[in-house]
Amino acid sequence: MTVKTMREALNEALFQEMRRDPGVIVIGEDVSGGAGGSSGSRDAAGGIFGVTKGLMGEFGDKRVIDTPISESAIIGLANGAALAGMRPVAELMFADFVGVAMDQIYNQMAKFRYMFGGKAKAPIVVRMSMGAGMNAAAQHSQTIYSMLSAVPGLKVVVPSNPADAKGMLAAAIRDDDPVIFLEHKALYSSKGEVPDGEYVAPLHGASLVQSGKDATVVTLGRMVSFAAKAAAKLAGDGITVDLIDLRSTSPIDEEMILESLSLTGRLVVVDESNPVCSIASEIAAIAAEKGFASLRAPVVRVTAPHTPVPFARELERMYVPGPDRIEAAIRKAVKGE
Amino acid sequence: MQQSRTDILKAYRQMRMIRDFEERLHIENRSGEIAGFTHLYAGQEAIAVGICEHLTDRDYISSTHRGHGHCIAKGCDPRLMMHEIYGRADGLCKGRGGSMHIADIDKGMLGANGIVGGGPPIAVGAALVCQARGDGSVAVSFGGGGSSNQGTVFEAMNMAVVLKLPKIFVFELNGYSEHTGEGYGIGSDLVGRTRGFGLPVFEADGFDYFSVHQAMADALEHVRAGKGPCALIAEATRYFGHFEGDPQNYRAKDEVKTLRETQDALLRFRRKVTEAKLIEAAELDAIDAEIAAFIEDCVASARKAPAPGVEIMLSDVYADY
Ligand SMILES: Cc1ncc(C[n+]2csc(CCOP(=O)(O)OP(=O)(O)O)c2C)c(N)n1
Ligand SMILES: [Mg+2]
Repeated sequence: MTVKTMREALNEALFQEMRRDPGVIVIGEDVSGGAGGSSGSRDAAGGIFGVTKGLMGEFGDKRVIDTPISESAIIGLANGAALAGMRPVAELMFADFVGVAMDQIYNQMAKFRYMFGGKAKAPIVVRMSMGAGMNAAAQHSQTIYSMLSAVPGLKVVVPSNPADAKGMLAAAIRDDDPVIFLEHKALYSSKGEVPDGEYVAPLHGASLVQSGKDATVVTLGRMVSFAAKAAAKLAGDGITVDLIDLRSTSPIDEEMILESLSLTGRLVVVDESNPVCSIASEIAAIAAEKGFASLRAPVVRVTAPHTPVPFARELERMYVPGPDRIEAAIRKAVKGE
Repeated sequence: MQQSRTDILKAYRQMRMIRDFEERLHIENRSGEIAGFTHLYAGQEAIAVGICEHLTDRDYISSTHRGHGHCIAKGCDPRLMMHEIYGRADGLCKGRGGSMHIADIDKGMLGANGIVGGGPPIAVGAALVCQARGDGSVAVSFGGGGSSNQGTVFEAMNMAVVLKLPKIFVFELNGYSEHTGEGYGIGSDLVGRTRGFGLPVFEADGFDYFSVHQAMADALEHVRAGKGPCALIAEATRYFGHFEGDPQNYRAKDEVKTLRETQDALLRFRRKVTEAKLIEAAELDAIDAEIAAFIEDCVASARKAPAPGVEIMLSDVYADY
């Protein structure tokens, strides 16, 4: 184990998988960068968040493909290459840009296996940076896992820490289905212990970050560390919680949630996304449908409001669920006030 | 095209306003007070101003992530823009949009845009309104060279041709799209490709206000004659990084310095109008001083302006919420 940033962990996974399988290619805008620039340096960018840094040097421009600004064709390229036998890792610089590429994601990649009678596979990873926290405003800050998790045929995962980032990206690349791989941009520089050498983690299945008796707190992505902060404060007052990191929003680990709920009787869901038709609603529905007998209090959802992501610092701070709001929500669930 | 002294002084004032606005933001950005992504337009002033000096509030433009220059040239209030970029409640968009989403519909400014290629289809819709009005108004989309490769732009160009709309597609070639040379992404010759869509292309020197102004006059003559859309393509450079904080590893060290010393739009403008004895240098100096003071004041008022509150976050999602 070595302490690394999430950015480094993701980069390590790409090197690992590209060395292991010559069919793995990386496609996207500025994934290398510098082509046609006056400095003559390739790899001038290595992805705008530095995740694909250095790949060009080892694997060359046949496997590390800088593209024009053409998201629909980027995903199309990945789709066709996958149908014809490769394992593309396509990058959309910001998750918000799925809008431009939606047909290739929603009508094409997601449905190949099913529509084609099970004879096709689409082993594609679409990496995207997502989330608020950089004051990047309404078109560069969204968390779009709810929307994409609603599409049958897509798998959707959201690592919350560097070790998972490495292991889950490797698993996503090896998976035979299309995986939407969402990287929270406020976490790229966050640090954690990462296994050295070849490492693959389960792609799905939630993880129990800490256990307690008073409530089940289900969360994901950047919210995991915020919820942990809230839990630490509550522990001072003798309130303890099961903190579940969802990791995957499609499929969702119902079993772990329901089992925890059966022990705590109270459920709080913390989700950075908008609340309507969200992962938070989905988990509340699972609890209502399959965990009803365990529930001793109404489910509490802590989410962003039903608005686009605002720009100003003060507004974004109010928009994103923070540790204080999470703490208050857990108290509400436990004390019923 | 002959321009009056008043026109010339106004054009200079607009270019100077953009330059000072952007250079000041470049400095302010380092203070950490300005949040989010800021893409500066300095170096390309002659394009926005050469084009927008032909337009009135009845004409429409759509802009890009690098929108400050287009906004100022189209008549957005620079003070309110500064407040917006500082994320203030009294900013042009209440602090909700910031640098990348400045808009002022009353001025015919349909928004900067965070999505590359988002603007041109919108401007095609505005051109439909201009056509219906039949008053000679037009719609213009600004876009970088990189944006010209977006499918949405191809669709917008073809749609405008099919509907014969009064629509001008502007492509500003500043050498780069983010960290990649623009030439890399444009697989063929942009002028030829654009013509292939059925758009006549008017080319201009993007560092030269008068060249752009003339090309726009020609473009307007074409669309106002009811011949359908056309394109205007101009080359310049951006003086700063793609966004503030960009290390610019893709760029040769002296590239900007050389261009700035030899091609700068404001320098060339000044040289041209003073050598032709149209304007006294002192008149331009007076504008420089006035704008420097104005920008200083905009920053001071932006710093003091109120931050937006929760009511701003929770309104305007719909007409009644
Ligand atoms: C759909 C979409 N793809 C990618 C981006 C990221 N991005 C923002 S600006 C930019 C480069 C644009 O280049 P160009 O059109 O030449 O404009 P310039 O930045 O040079 O003004 C890219 C790739 C984006 N904002 N939207
Ligand atoms: Mg460009």
